[in-house]
Amino acid sequence: METLIALIDQNEIFTFSALVHYWDGMVNTVQLVFLSLLAGLILAVPLAIMRTSKNPFINYPVWFYTYIFRGTPLLIQLYMIYYGVTLIDGIQDSVWWVIFEHAYYPCLIAFGLNTAAYTTEIFRGVIEATDQGEIEAAKAYGMGWAKRMRRIILPSAFRRAIPAYSNEVIFMLHGSAIASTVTILDLTGAARDIYAQHYTAFPPFMFAAALYLALTFTIILIFKQLENRLLAHLQPR
Amino acid sequence: MLDLHGYGPSIFGGAILTIELAVLSLVIAFLLGLIGASAKLSKRRTPRYMATAYTTVIRGVPDLVLMFLIYYGGLNGLNAVTDWLYEISDGEIDMVIRFNEFAAGVVTIGFIYGAYMAETFRGAFLAVDHGQIEAGKAYGMTSKQIFKRIMFPQMMRHALPGLGNNWQVLLKTTALVSIIGLSDMVKLATDAAKSVGEPFLFFIPVALVYLVLTALSEWGFRILRVRYSAGVVGA
Repeated sequence: METLIALIDQNEIFTFSALVHYWDGMVNTVQLVFLSLLAGLILAVPLAIMRTSKNPFINYPVWFYTYIFRGTPLLIQLYMIYYGVTLIDGIQDSVWWVIFEHAYYPCLIAFGLNTAAYTTEIFRGVIEATDQGEIEAAKAYGMGWAKRMRRIILPSAFRRAIPAYSNEVIFMLHGSAIASTVTILDLTGAARDIYAQHYTAFPPFMFAAALYLALTFTIILIFKQLENRLLAHLQPR
Repeated sequence: MLDLHGYGPSIFGGAILTIELAVLSLVIAFLLGLIGASAKLSKRRTPRYMATAYTTVIRGVPDLVLMFLIYYGGLNGLNAVTDWLYEISDGEIDMVIRFNEFAAGVVTIGFIYGAYMAETFRGAFLAVDHGQIEAGKAYGMTSKQIFKRIMFPQMMRHALPGLGNNWQVLLKTTALVSIIGLSDMVKLATDAAKSVGEPFLFFIPVALVYLVLTALSEWGFRILRVRYSAGVVGA
């Protein structure tokens, strides 16, 4: 422990306060990504069900939403929501300003809507790939549409969505790095601050990269565990 | 053409830069991907480990962080070299090398997506029937001929869906170069939005350009898929 303190004392870049700065950034990154994913997941379930509808008036609006959000860069979406809201006339005097004063909420909205679009398409894919025999069996048991969805289609679809969804989680983690461009102190923002103090690029960004790598591996590990548990029945024997 | 308070032409000029950046990065990523995939499938251990380290690290770190690392790191490195030359020549060599942001952007994005391409190509190479390669050898083809005539055309058919995905992601990633100061359409639109105070007026046309590029790419890849599926029944 003493040697560690001595090591930190000797270091010019990674001082104690710098390490605290990184920690704050990492907490913000994890929090932002987690909340965005949660919001995206909650939005995506009804949207995916609507997306599989045969009625074009239900299906097309959702298709339009996912097409727009998947076809444009996340950075543009963030800028539109962040600058779009903060530059509206009179917003700074309204009650909404309490929420939009900080970049955090526009950022959360942009990330949440973005990941919801990708997650919707992932869920649509697995819902449509549900074994026809299972649906016929459910119908033969006299289950209605809602019961079929709840008991048969969704539980199996969620399980089969796990591998694709784990990729989306990692993309969201990596995408969240742009939060630093709208004044949020995330992990990338912390590295940029340290860079601005010392004007050497390698140590601060390498350290941030290593932390992101660790987060990525953690996510992969968690999803591997989940897959082993929930997709055991699909493993090759 | 849209005027947009006089900013229109310059923003659409930025769109050209975005396309150039994306296409040139794709070329680099394609080549790095082929090299990376070959290294991953190599029988020798060193290239295999190096390629695995490359694809794992690059795919585990955000594009923006890598961009800062390569861009600012490159800037630091260049300064160190010119300072060093100045030192050892007692001020004789006093040069200022202009750091080319465009080239830095192309190299960075190409380097990042090379890792994704390597994974795509690796899977595609493995999907080519081994009997085909043996047949090529039996005909007395050299390994270069086998690659050009047998491996590459068949590998491409399997690689195209993944390649198309990578390209779409790459295209959208080019927006990040605006953060390191390159004047692509996102940067120009942001500057204009800030000075005029009407963000939607500028961001919506930019978003539309991305949507058009995405749609055009989908169409282009459909044509490529037909081309590379020639001779495959049921494709």
